[in-house]
Amino acid sequence: MSQRIRIATTSLAGCFGCHMSFLDIDERLIELSEKIEFDRTPLTDIKTLGHCDIGLIEGGMGNTENYELLREFREKCDILVSMGACAINGGIPAMRNSFTLKECLETAYVEGVGVTDPQIPGDPEIPLLLNKIHPLHEVVKIDYFLPGCPPPAEMFWTFLDQLLNGQPIEFTYSQIHYD
Amino acid sequence: MNLKAATRLGGRIGHFSIDGVRLPFREGQTIMAAAMEAGVYIPHLCYNPEFTPHGSCRLCVVRSNGRHLAACTTPAAEGLEVESYTDELQEQRRELLQMLFVEGNHVCPACEKSGACQLQAVAYYCGMLAPELTYFYPQRTVDASHPDIAIDYNRCILCELCVRASREADGKNVFSIAGRGIHAHLQINSSTGKLKDSDLEVTDKAAHVCPTGAILPRNLGYNIPMGKRPYDQKPISLVGDVADHEESS
Ligand code: SF4
Ligand code: SF4
Ligand code: FES
Repeated sequence: MSQRIRIATTSLAGCFGCHMSFLDIDERLIELSEKIEFDRTPLTDIKTLGHCDIGLIEGGMGNTENYELLREFREKCDILVSMGACAINGGIPAMRNSFTLKECLETAYVEGVGVTDPQIPGDPEIPLLLNKIHPLHEVVKIDYFLPGCPPPAEMFWTFLDQLLNGQPIEFTYSQIHYD
Repeated sequence: MNLKAATRLGGRIGHFSIDGVRLPFREGQTIMAAAMEAGVYIPHLCYNPEFTPHGSCRLCVVRSNGRHLAACTTPAAEGLEVESYTDELQEQRRELLQMLFVEGNHVCPACEKSGACQLQAVAYYCGMLAPELTYFYPQRTVDASHPDIAIDYNRCILCELCVRASREADGKNVFSIAGRGIHAHLQINSSTGKLKDSDLEVTDKAAHVCPTGAILPRNLGYNIPMGKRPYDQKPISLVGDVADHEESS
């Protein structure tokens, strides 16, 4: 059993869409499950990250907790993969980079429609937002990039299949898109 | 023989080759113009056969006699042997594309031009998976003052096609590039700097030549389903430039 490739996944400033697209490989998940096993991922209940062969990360880096987790993934995963537009360039959430953080927080928590008791949340339990959303490769070394919002299921399949078989990673034209 | 055919044949002065394929060229033709006419694709963004070559995007750079040359500004010559689709040049193009992507805010998932964008299509053709550089995240304001056309300056790649089209085809001179270095930016030649106070009309050539989603005719966004947009199924080398498809979208 320990021969199986260990994979961890996580979502930082992501929407979980990349995970859903990964699951879109459908029944091929069964075939895959004979070759891989999951460590910490939103699909398992494992709370602490162990040493893994592959780490798949969706979402950009938007707050201090994202930063900590990203560093930990880099430390513990031999191969780290940026999956999806958000991990690659911040994606749609990075549109907030056009505004100051103060403007964003005030719009949501002070001036927001239907807001009662307007105040910007400040409990220390809540991770602080960074001034800007950042792509993952600005913080740690990334080994592979899977573009798309989300990357198509076929891209996940091609990537894992070729990687597990030790082949060079090559995508077809229709598998590569940024939207 | 009619006059048109005569000039075409008469003007043909020799042959050169791209990646080993022999192509004819006419008097005064650049490598790019001759290649395009023969249906051989060389990646390009700032080149549009209707306007004076510009030489700013550098994507068309090819190799000949150990030198790198911009195909859009270098004249074809008898016996010239040109390399274009090599690993080295494609790698260089991917690097240039990465620079263009990190310099602006190319949020393709939220961009109306996605799937019909020449910048994106060339990046697909060159196999760029991700811009692995540090992002600039510019904060330029969007100009939505004009009733028919909007400009998102954060997607402008300074190809000057709108500048050339407005000047050469529309005779209006609506656009210019101002500033230096990384501060270079597109500027509207109107008293307020706003599009609404310029002479630009949606029927102008300049409103339809932008290879990215910077200049957009309004109220047309997302009107083509995914899968049916120009570059969804086939690469730009087969589909052609975005300006040729603009009218239909
Ligand atoms: S202009 Fe093109 S490359 Fe830029 S965001 Fe829009 S679709 Fe993407
Ligand atoms: S607005 Fe479009 S056409 Fe004009 S310079 Fe920028 S990218 Fe080129
Ligand atoms: S097409 Fe030649 S430099 Fe842009």
